[in-house]
Amino acid sequence: MSVDTPAATGRYPDAAGHFGRFGGRFVPEALVAALDELDDAWRTAMGDESFQTEFAALLRDYAGAPSLLYPARRLSAKIGAQVLLKREDLNHTGAHKVRNVLGQALLTKRMGKRRVIAETGAGQHGVATATAAALFDLECVVYMGAVDTQRQALNVARMRMLGATVVPVTTGSRTLKDAMNEAMRDWVANVDSTHYLIGTAAGPHPFPALVRDFVRGIGDEARQQCLDLVGALPDAVTACVGGGSNALGVFHAFVDDPGVRLYGFEAGGDGPATGRHAASITGGSSGVLHGTRTYVLQDADGQTVESHSISAGLDYPGVGPEHAWLHDTGRATYRPVTDADAMAAFELLCRTEGIIPAIESSHALAGTAAIAPELAAELGREPVVVVNLSGRGDKDVHTAGEYFGVLDKE
Amino acid sequence: MSRIGVAFDRARAEGRAVLVGCMPAGFPTVEGSIAAMTAMVEAGVDVIEVEIPYSDPVMDGPVIQRASDIALAGGVRVADTLRIIDAVAATGAPVVTMTYWNPIEQYGVDAFARDLAAAGGTGLITPDLIPDEAQEWLAASDAYGLDRTFLVSPSSTDARLQMTVEHCRGFVYATAIMGVTGARARASAAAPVLVSRVRAVTDLPVGVGLGIGTGEQAGMAAGFADGVIVGSALIRCLLDAASLPAGLTALRELSTELAAGVRTPTA
Repeated sequence: MSVDTPAATGRYPDAAGHFGRFGGRFVPEALVAALDELDDAWRTAMGDESFQTEFAALLRDYAGAPSLLYPARRLSAKIGAQVLLKREDLNHTGAHKVRNVLGQALLTKRMGKRRVIAETGAGQHGVATATAAALFDLECVVYMGAVDTQRQALNVARMRMLGATVVPVTTGSRTLKDAMNEAMRDWVANVDSTHYLIGTAAGPHPFPALVRDFVRGIGDEARQQCLDLVGALPDAVTACVGGGSNALGVFHAFVDDPGVRLYGFEAGGDGPATGRHAASITGGSSGVLHGTRTYVLQDADGQTVESHSISAGLDYPGVGPEHAWLHDTGRATYRPVTDADAMAAFELLCRTEGIIPAIESSHALAGTAAIAPELAAELGREPVVVVNLSGRGDKDVHTAGEYFGVLDKE
Repeated sequence: MSRIGVAFDRARAEGRAVLVGCMPAGFPTVEGSIAAMTAMVEAGVDVIEVEIPYSDPVMDGPVIQRASDIALAGGVRVADTLRIIDAVAATGAPVVTMTYWNPIEQYGVDAFARDLAAAGGTGLITPDLIPDEAQEWLAASDAYGLDRTFLVSPSSTDARLQMTVEHCRGFVYATAIMGVTGARARASAAAPVLVSRVRAVTDLPVGVGLGIGTGEQAGMAAGFADGVIVGSALIRCLLDAASLPAGLTALRELSTELAAGVRTPTA
């Protein structure tokens, strides 16, 4: 690897949070002191054995890590690749997100803060945050677009049962990006007492690197599990990309393995050509959103354009800055996957393996099926692919039931 | 010295503070916003702050968010903002522009600085651009002789406050409270402390904003700051009015009250 390639050794980001031309801090001055405090707490924690021990114990005893690496033989036969599913869907709360919230909740405690706030789209990160807040006895407020609180009433109820306050956001497009704006406004006003428990590897430095560090266990585990299982590293590692935390989590351990191809699959919605999608790298351009420079869906004036995806968890008009950098350096490849292809893969996994995946993760499955023939042709054999199955589909049963027309009429 | 500096010097000589009034460009319409800003100047607002509407204004409270949404829904473009600045600058009042960073980055930093200077704008207030990330803007503002107003906050460390002020030109914006824009009932105890911290490291004038909405509050802010920055309370005059003419009347009344406030500084 050339020296300017991002590496798992911690060379990126730089001290100010830049991944090449991306990342950094585009925030009100009022937040800088809190971001510096967080930066200190994170760097200290990363080098502190007692923190790492406590975090590892939580992941093992509470979240269920390490998650399994499962050879999905019937799926493999269908798509022409040896597919190893990283079963993050089996974690407590049903997705990789629990790793991030546990890490940040521990940091919150260390900083002596008693209150956490979070943004959520479909409610998964909100539920995960409310879960960690209950476990750590923290006050928890979750901002959620008013459109989403209606679409995801069950997750709103979950958060409330866990003791969180859910605030419907009625400004702007009333979805995830507006929930994020509102969380930032809360943070500016309450920064002394409050930690903003951001849900993905985006936002101002140190969030993108900090979140990556808390979810990188996915890839660390998968790398060793793959070596144990097949005696070699995989030919490719794949994941879906919205904000991008599950993808960074599984990619990170492989960045310095030149033989391992990294693929991120973005939400292509109705197709990138239609304008109705959430593929920020494929269909966006460099800009500043939510405190960081990255690829953004925007108009010529820099106004954020609304994203579209059947998957609420990928429905965001930006992407973590490290992905923007991995794209620019060519270390990872990003491709869009349409709603229709993702839903076909959703059904395929249900029927071949008896696993109902999250619609987010179904994008990774569909993308993997699409690249399998290319990889096989290149390698002259069946490729070994680790697919990050980032979440389970329980939350999507209603959406999928409507999509496939399998709900009984009332 | 910039035109903003001249306004601050004149006010200082008169023993009062400068009144800065903020209005989003294109709210409620392009022509309506020119009429509103002109009315503000006529009623005694010294400096007009034109905010470029942005889809994701994280430093702004509900009033400016609503006004920005209305302007954007009306189709206002960054190019319209430059036209508005040109029209308001023609009144003779200095015009400073407040903008989140992405619209400038997409327009092109150098091109925007060039066109802003040509339109008669004095400089930029940048709520989400800190000097740490501002290399391009530092160069462009030098090239076209524009002022740079970065924000300082009660939470700024001494080192950051000094660094930020060193990168300012024209005036320094002191955010009176930890929070977003919007009038507050109670005065901020943090503001006088912050202003004196800024004064300890610079001779630049210091404007205080966030939470000021009445003549009495303007007078209190004028007691310790060189400039009093009012936004949401003025914008609300138009938001709450049944018609634009009624809104302009309310806007003139509040502007007059605030102008009297900055002329009667209270301790």
